[in-house]
Amino acid sequence: MEWIQQLVNGISLGSIYALIALGYTMVYGIIKLINFAHGDVFMLGAFIGFFAIARWDMHFIPALLMAMILCAVIGVIIERVAYKRLRNATRIAALITAIGVSLLIEYTVIFFRGAAPEAYPTIFENPSFNVFGVQIDTRSIFILTVSIVLMMLLQFIVHRTKIGKAMRAVSHDADAARLMGINVDNTISATFAIGSALAGAAGVIFGIYYTRIDPLMGVLPGLKAFVAAVLGGIGIIPGAMAGGLVLGVVETVVSALGFSLWRDAAAFVILILILILRPAGIFGKNAREKV
Amino acid sequence: MKKSKVFWGYAIIALVLYAVVQTLISFGMVNTHYQNMLITMCINVMLAVSLHLVIGVTGQFSIGHAGFLAVGAYISAICTMKLGMPFSMAILAGAVVAMLAGLLVGIPSLRLRGDYLAIATLGFAEIIRIVFLNIDYVGGAAGMQVTHQSTWTYAFVGTAITILIISNFTNSRHGRACIAIREDEIAADAMGINTTYYKVAAFAVGSFFAGVAGAIYAHNFYIIQPTAFGFLKSFDILILVVLGGLGSLSGAVLAAIFLTFVSTYLQAFPETRMIIYSLVLILVMLYRPTGLLGTKEITDLFKFRKKGGTKV
Amino acid sequence: MSTLLKVDSLGIQFGGLKAVQNVNMYMENGELIGLIGPNGAGKTTTFNMLTGVYAPTEGTITFAGKQIQGLDPYKVTRGGISRTFQNIRLFKELSVLDNVKVANHSLANHNILSSIFRLPKHFSGEAKMEEESLAFLKIFGLDVYKDELSKNLPYGMQRRLEIARALAAGPKLLLLDEPAAGMNPQETKELMDLIAFIRKEFDLTILLIEHDMNLVMGICERIYVLDHGQLIAEGTPAEIRSNPKVIEAYLGEEVAD
Repeated sequence: MEWIQQLVNGISLGSIYALIALGYTMVYGIIKLINFAHGDVFMLGAFIGFFAIARWDMHFIPALLMAMILCAVIGVIIERVAYKRLRNATRIAALITAIGVSLLIEYTVIFFRGAAPEAYPTIFENPSFNVFGVQIDTRSIFILTVSIVLMMLLQFIVHRTKIGKAMRAVSHDADAARLMGINVDNTISATFAIGSALAGAAGVIFGIYYTRIDPLMGVLPGLKAFVAAVLGGIGIIPGAMAGGLVLGVVETVVSALGFSLWRDAAAFVILILILILRPAGIFGKNAREKV
Repeated sequence: MKKSKVFWGYAIIALVLYAVVQTLISFGMVNTHYQNMLITMCINVMLAVSLHLVIGVTGQFSIGHAGFLAVGAYISAICTMKLGMPFSMAILAGAVVAMLAGLLVGIPSLRLRGDYLAIATLGFAEIIRIVFLNIDYVGGAAGMQVTHQSTWTYAFVGTAITILIISNFTNSRHGRACIAIREDEIAADAMGINTTYYKVAAFAVGSFFAGVAGAIYAHNFYIIQPTAFGFLKSFDILILVVLGGLGSLSGAVLAAIFLTFVSTYLQAFPETRMIIYSLVLILVMLYRPTGLLGTKEITDLFKFRKKGGTKV
Repeated sequence: MSTLLKVDSLGIQFGGLKAVQNVNMYMENGELIGLIGPNGAGKTTTFNMLTGVYAPTEGTITFAGKQIQGLDPYKVTRGGISRTFQNIRLFKELSVLDNVKVANHSLANHNILSSIFRLPKHFSGEAKMEEESLAFLKIFGLDVYKDELSKNLPYGMQRRLEIARALAAGPKLLLLDEPAAGMNPQETKELMDLIAFIRKEFDLTILLIEHDMNLVMGICERIYVLDHGQLIAEGTPAEIRSNPKVIEAYLGEEVAD
């Protein structure tokens, strides 16, 4: 029964990756930028949630919503201040800027509050419960619930609302969308807002699950979430979800087999294999350059 | 004949520079702190120039240079500390193994373009770091003790050779092939350039000199740890190339010298240093995306007027 | 005369779409052949298959007795086919001379070691490249611009440099993709004279894509016509001019426009 617990742990971790990966994949789909700062928005979300719960005694749900809203605002500010001018710049220039923004957020936080970690408050009385002889972590179930709700909400937004339609149109062909009267700038900002809100939510549930947060916590999950996005086929929303879950389970399996120090390498090995063998990802189509 | 005159001019300047600093050191007029800074400066110049070959000349956006630095550092440390080899041989061994690592990483990943290549190189560098982290023979996470053997002479000679060889490579048909790949890979291919070969060659040469830098780095501090070779280190190297100008060797050298000063003076304030670095990265990309010198060399600025190039 | 290029039932699919199918062509040594057709007929796609940019999904390309379909572009070029691009693809940040030197690259043989250690072989090799490249620039009247960055050249000169560069790769077969696009009649005439000159001088076989029918009619010995990815006609200019299928293909386009 041990493996069921591991599987549940893997899926929980995977759903955190999936939530972050969604932001990567949406932004990449719409402006072809690897938003390196996305992992840091995730970190900011974790800190906002921490202050809301531990310092201002807020309940979990309002704290989660607050983290999501503030992260959405931060995401839009980053886009407007740093990335907007780079729409016509080279991919490399955009990537370097994103790296710069990422470092700026991390070290500004360290500058103001130091690099020391914080301990997240516990919000569940019973850490685990028993289902047919299997010990299930309460927090795992909780993470899964929150993730599933958010992903359903995202699916609804993307497929059933006007802004979702605009997002799909812009990611397909920004110029054509503009000609059809879609406000491309606002659509891109909305994409950043939604992606950042999801990352903020991921930050809060990460804090609750792992109980330890620090200013550089976003770097590795950020990179791994990017791996998840590539794994599922970058730009494809269900791909990011699937990629996140696969990655979470693989990492948990690697740890469970006794190679916990190699856990972080697993993600990068997957990344390199997928880039070399099937660069468009599991769900993607290969595109060729026009000559 | 004109070209060889220029070469001897640089050689004399380099020799004088070396001799002056060495004399000052011999007479005890440069304290250990400044000696360290000079060696660090040389290490940064080597890293900047070697990455310049990959990013600036060949246009392959690699952000995993710290991985090859790590290979050079660990292999050379193993050579001196475990195998009792002389330092000069250890440098060479570190460089050669770093080059092999470069081939191993480059052959599969250089088929990728742009940001995918960037992510793949970053991933490889992380894998390299995690491998060292998991080898008890080199101390794992605790790191490995290394004796202090790097001197101004080693650092300077290493730097001079790095610059000479990379500049010779760039100013030949091989370098032109690399620049052609940077400018338009499809056209380069159509003109008979084996693009994969040259991308891998540039990557291997770049890794070789990152390995030299790694060897000198390892023997300049008393310990090397896997944490020193994470992606923050790769970004540190990246900013040297970006700031100096994507495609400018002298730009990379100047940026490395300048930023070594900056980070030495901000040593006590690492957060401030990183905030400044990140702001520099963002501002340069927003306002001068080709870097300060672009693809120009500092020497072009002097001969620009004299030549009076044809007006079009 | 002997056959230099033979193309047998060549075709390519992108996804489910057959961009080009069942193309059969041949070229004798020394011929100047035109490949024409309306927009989107598959002319450039055919070029891309001939030069290795795309690997055809069916058919064979035999060049100088060897099958070359699916080879890497650089191998095709070294084998003796070189090309220009419709949408000019010069190395923008390289000088005019260096652009030509890049194409001359595969004819030189000093290796990386001789260059990084500046062995005598490097100097003699580079000197030879310089001399040969300058000679090409001179033919095209570009030698006065040799140190200029290629991106700073006027448009017509950029088109000429494209051809000079393709020639420097030492081809037996030269593929020109709309070399006169965007030029005025005077420039076009000069260019055509130049093409006639290099053809003789370097003993070249030339395949020319042109959108402008009249131009092709003037200089080509034989013409192939593509429409919707298929060959619809071949023959001398006079035959093509009176071919009803060709007229329809072109008229159809005008009506559609």
